Amino acid sequence: MSQAIMDLVEKTALKENPPKFDVGDTVDVHLRILEGSKERIQVFTGVVIGLSGTGSKEMFSVRRIVAGEGVERKFPLHSPRIDKVEVKRSGVVRRAKLYFLRGRVGKAVRLKERRRV
Amino acid sequence: MTQIYLEDGTAVPVTVVQAGPCHVLQVRSVDRDGYQAVQLGFEDKPRRLAARSERGHVAKLEGKRSKSRGADALPKADCEPQKFIREFRGETDLEVGATVTVEQFAEVKKVDVTGTSKGRGFAGVMKRHNFSGQRASHGVKKVHRHAGGTGCSASPSRLFKGRRMGGQYGNAKQTTRNLEVVRIDAENNLLLIRGAVPGPNGGFVSVRQTNKV
Repeated sequence: MSQAIMDLVEKTALKENPPKFDVGDTVDVHLRILEGSKERIQVFTGVVIGLSGTGSKEMFSVRRIVAGEGVERKFPLHSPRIDKVEVKRSGVVRRAKLYFLRGRVGKAVRLKERRRV
Repeated sequence: MTQIYLEDGTAVPVTVVQAGPCHVLQVRSVDRDGYQAVQLGFEDKPRRLAARSERGHVAKLEGKRSKSRGADALPKADCEPQKFIREFRGETDLEVGATVTVEQFAEVKKVDVTGTSKGRGFAGVMKRHNFSGQRASHGVKKVHRHAGGTGCSASPSRLFKGRRMGGQYGNAKQTTRNLEVVRIDAENNLLLIRGAVPGPNGGFVSVRQTNKV
């Protein structure tokens, strides 16, 4: 009973069409950013290295290399501030969390491209 | 607890409370009881599990030996026996038998939530009073989670009252004050309160408008 109530509340916080992507994908995350009263879109590009949480608490982590330094950002999947997530490229991965990428630099960071049939 | 998003995209941690429908079981008055209050009951209890006194509290019981006494019987709510019954002090215009729903909180911004906290049994000073414990090394032997000294020596030869030690922790009445009401779902009688409230998931709590200024 109580779980049914929780689902009811969480459902209101979920997006109708949540963005679809997989771990290992290279994505463009379009963020809505409010500057004063003006809204603009900022794009964060990188590799999805993991998903976490369930329901309205679901998050995804994106990693990219900026000026030789690794940068990771974690986004709430259902946040209205996430405008859209575009998949640029899919990588072949065999695990759910790509934390092994953190220890890699240069050419070793690349993932083999997955061909979509 | 769960998480919802406001229109501007802020994520808010919320506790979902099913607030009602509650039945008004009794109205206390100064004349009869010496104080003013309203008694609310929440959630029906199967009759087979309810004591006769509980069944008689919510509806008039007919029995072979029931006979009218001198005094008039008090009005009854005429509902099923209730699982969780609490009184709220203060003046009220509610009458016995009325139903209280989450609509009561439509104008309320902040609430106090009272419940029974999670029981932790006999807990040591680190868990119960946030003591730091002792060091992991440097000669500390088997007392890593103990308190240090508890008082003086030959004078006064006793402990002063109020010394914090281990003991029963939790499973006690606890109130969290001044919690923000985030949203009200009148259709499902749900109250969304920002942050945590006392007690386990599925526990019973009583919610009232805050008395904190």
